Amino acid sequence: MANVIKLRKGLDINLKGRAKEQTLPLKSVGTFALVPDDFVGMTPKVVVKAGDKVKVGEPLFVNKHFLDLGFASPVSGTVKEIVRGERRKVLYVTVEADAEQAYVDFGVKNVAELNADGVKEALLKAGLFGYINQLPYAVATTPDTTPKAIFVSALRDMPLQGDFEYELKGQEQDFQTGLSALAKMAKVYLSVGGKQTSSALLSAKDVEVTVFDGPCPAGNVGVQVNHLDPVNRGEVVWTVDPTAVIFFGRLFNTGKVDLTRIVAVAGSRVKEPAYVKALVGTPIATIIENNLTEKNHTRIINGNPLTGSIVSGTAFLGAHTSEITAIPEGDDVDEMAGWIMPRFNEFSTSRSYFSWLMGKKEYDLDARIKGGERNIIMSGEYDKVLPMDIYGEFLIKAIISGNIDKQEQLGIYEVSPEDFALAEFVDSSKQPLQQIVRNGLNLLRKENS
Amino acid sequence: MSLRNYLDKLRPNFEEGGKLHAFKSVYDGFDTFLYVPHETSKSGTSIHDAIDSKRIMSMVVIALIPAMLFGMYNIGYQNAMAAGKLGEATFMGMFLYGAIALLPKIVVSYLVGLGIEFAWAQWKGEEIQEGYLVSGFLIPLIVPVSLPLWMLALAVAFAVIFTKEIFGGTGMNIFNVALAARAFLFFSYPGSMTGDTIWVEKEQIFGLGYTLPDGFTMATPLGEIAQGAAANASLYDMIVGLIPGSVGETSVIAIAIGAIILIWTNIASWKTMLSVFLGGGAMALLFQSTGATPLQWYEHIVLGGFCFGAVFMATDPVTSARTACGKWFYGFLIGAMAVIIRVMNPGYPEGMMLAILFGNMVAPLIDYCVVQSNINKRAKRAKM
Repeated sequence: MANVIKLRKGLDINLKGRAKEQTLPLKSVGTFALVPDDFVGMTPKVVVKAGDKVKVGEPLFVNKHFLDLGFASPVSGTVKEIVRGERRKVLYVTVEADAEQAYVDFGVKNVAELNADGVKEALLKAGLFGYINQLPYAVATTPDTTPKAIFVSALRDMPLQGDFEYELKGQEQDFQTGLSALAKMAKVYLSVGGKQTSSALLSAKDVEVTVFDGPCPAGNVGVQVNHLDPVNRGEVVWTVDPTAVIFFGRLFNTGKVDLTRIVAVAGSRVKEPAYVKALVGTPIATIIENNLTEKNHTRIINGNPLTGSIVSGTAFLGAHTSEITAIPEGDDVDEMAGWIMPRFNEFSTSRSYFSWLMGKKEYDLDARIKGGERNIIMSGEYDKVLPMDIYGEFLIKAIISGNIDKQEQLGIYEVSPEDFALAEFVDSSKQPLQQIVRNGLNLLRKENS
Repeated sequence: MSLRNYLDKLRPNFEEGGKLHAFKSVYDGFDTFLYVPHETSKSGTSIHDAIDSKRIMSMVVIALIPAMLFGMYNIGYQNAMAAGKLGEATFMGMFLYGAIALLPKIVVSYLVGLGIEFAWAQWKGEEIQEGYLVSGFLIPLIVPVSLPLWMLALAVAFAVIFTKEIFGGTGMNIFNVALAARAFLFFSYPGSMTGDTIWVEKEQIFGLGYTLPDGFTMATPLGEIAQGAAANASLYDMIVGLIPGSVGETSVIAIAIGAIILIWTNIASWKTMLSVFLGGGAMALLFQSTGATPLQWYEHIVLGGFCFGAVFMATDPVTSARTACGKWFYGFLIGAMAVIIRVMNPGYPEGMMLAILFGNMVAPLIDYCVVQSNINKRAKRAKM
């Protein structure tokens, strides 16, 4: 039986519009794009020009500092445009898809016969290695790192997040192959949720399975690392999204790069919350446009409402995104005297509201901050939703004050911004905690490089 | 909504270049007070908890209301009792008398304190912080009823500027603002803060209440003990609160209602509160058993500012210890210190104020030790 770790700290936010277990058809579209920013901390160097022909699996851009670390095109077709932003930063590379998809054949491989270098080389060649993330710094990893362990969390428990067990159906074999491949490179820990029952997860081979039983953020890989094998200074662990494990498995089982994933479309502003099958890089508009109850004052999020990025203008399904959500923006809501009214439709962890009475009520929360930013006033708010052996508030203060030694001592190498997402939600001082943590990680990465 | 439209119409006047720009912080303060701000998140989490610091501060003020109402009644009660007219005084009459005696203090405290806050926020180009809503309500409740208004104004100005704003505003202060105001008064105007002539209002107000002779004296029970006399109040009076003292501190029952509100809403830490009582009780028991104090240990708890301090001042989240473990030490230290000052220092009948200020001072040290143990654990782990 798998080892069970019970977590008490945390918070499940019950939002309206959870995706039903059914996959809706998606009209196929012409243009796809790969976004360098999806691979956090990576500086891209574009290796194609507009008009070039690419096959699925050929790199569109590479890591500027590791030229053999490419990022595979999700489709085959003609490179349409390289869109740049301020200071010529590459925002995304679009590819006009051909009707008939052509794949680079990387050759079917038996993982059991490969060694660590063989797996690494295969992933690098196919432009998939960049899907591996790492701690410290919570960035896309690079080939020069040697992980002490690899962590895969099969539990997605943020509000409205797509259920991985549903996505896994029919992909069990590829998932297992992916895990076995990773296990060639380092010890692999697979973490599952207390309510998950799939045998492909619970009796996965070549990995150590741990059950994390508790409220959100039990599914955060950072929380799991902290409990299983915390990162010390100078050490690296790799963290891999379970969908990326499936991508890896497909590569070895079929010899092809196939970035198809099952994505939840959810939220209170979605007409029919369900799943769709889509390629990484599908324009978000085509996924959600015809499924909205209301277009005005609606916020579309590339990801879940706690950690996802806000969609403004053209955006594409992220490389690590398991759901697209739509919630009310709320900028048109006039609510009087919020400091005293009962506000029955608002969710709060504070008992000065009535959420504690409402049981399993589903809330329709909008994107208002609902208060002004203040200095940190209340104590212990972050700790209640941060199930890690870390003094969150003191770490945040060390980051704000730019005290690098203190940040290291307090364990900044163990955290990623998403670990502070719930803290940012409950914070009565409305501090942008995820941004603060990201800034701290960036600063440290620069200092240590 | 018409009020919303009206506010939106006024807004341009307060923006940069508008003729009322000097009052932008005031406008923002009222706008966000009337309506939940429209501002939506631009990065990070797209959803937020409905709690904000306005609501937190409002809840504390609500928790203070029972103590204030009882304080008003007690002002009238003490006046009537001193005049020997308890038989003919009505409940409403005594309450109204106290209300009229106390209201100017609340008004002055808010006018001076919020005035400085508004001006400071405008000067720094920041939003008005709500912290003073609580401090401004606390200050009139922890001074004697006869304190002159000008002294109160001076103390408020000192506390807001020198213990809060120069440190960076609410959330950055080391010492509790309300207690700093009281400490300022205590050391600058001891004649108006201690002794036996200040605890009962002696004048008639608008024909209400009774005029007492100039030489009338009435000490608090703790004051009498300090002079070697016996306390002239029954345990019943001490708990209900019908004894002389600072306005809000006398009634254990009214304070208990506030404590329930604060703990229920999770704004005050029950750990801090409980450990103050544990510390005070343990120390009083020790002194009682050695015969150093004539009071029973529970009398030390119900008398003076002990309960009020434990519930409303020691639990101030900003100035108390911030780690869960540190709160136990912090509270225990304050409770024990308060009783030590009362018993060991003949000059000070009451020790709660100094004990909490002392606690404020060592709170960062307590937290440092707690956090350091986490740091050491991590360092040890890295070496293995």
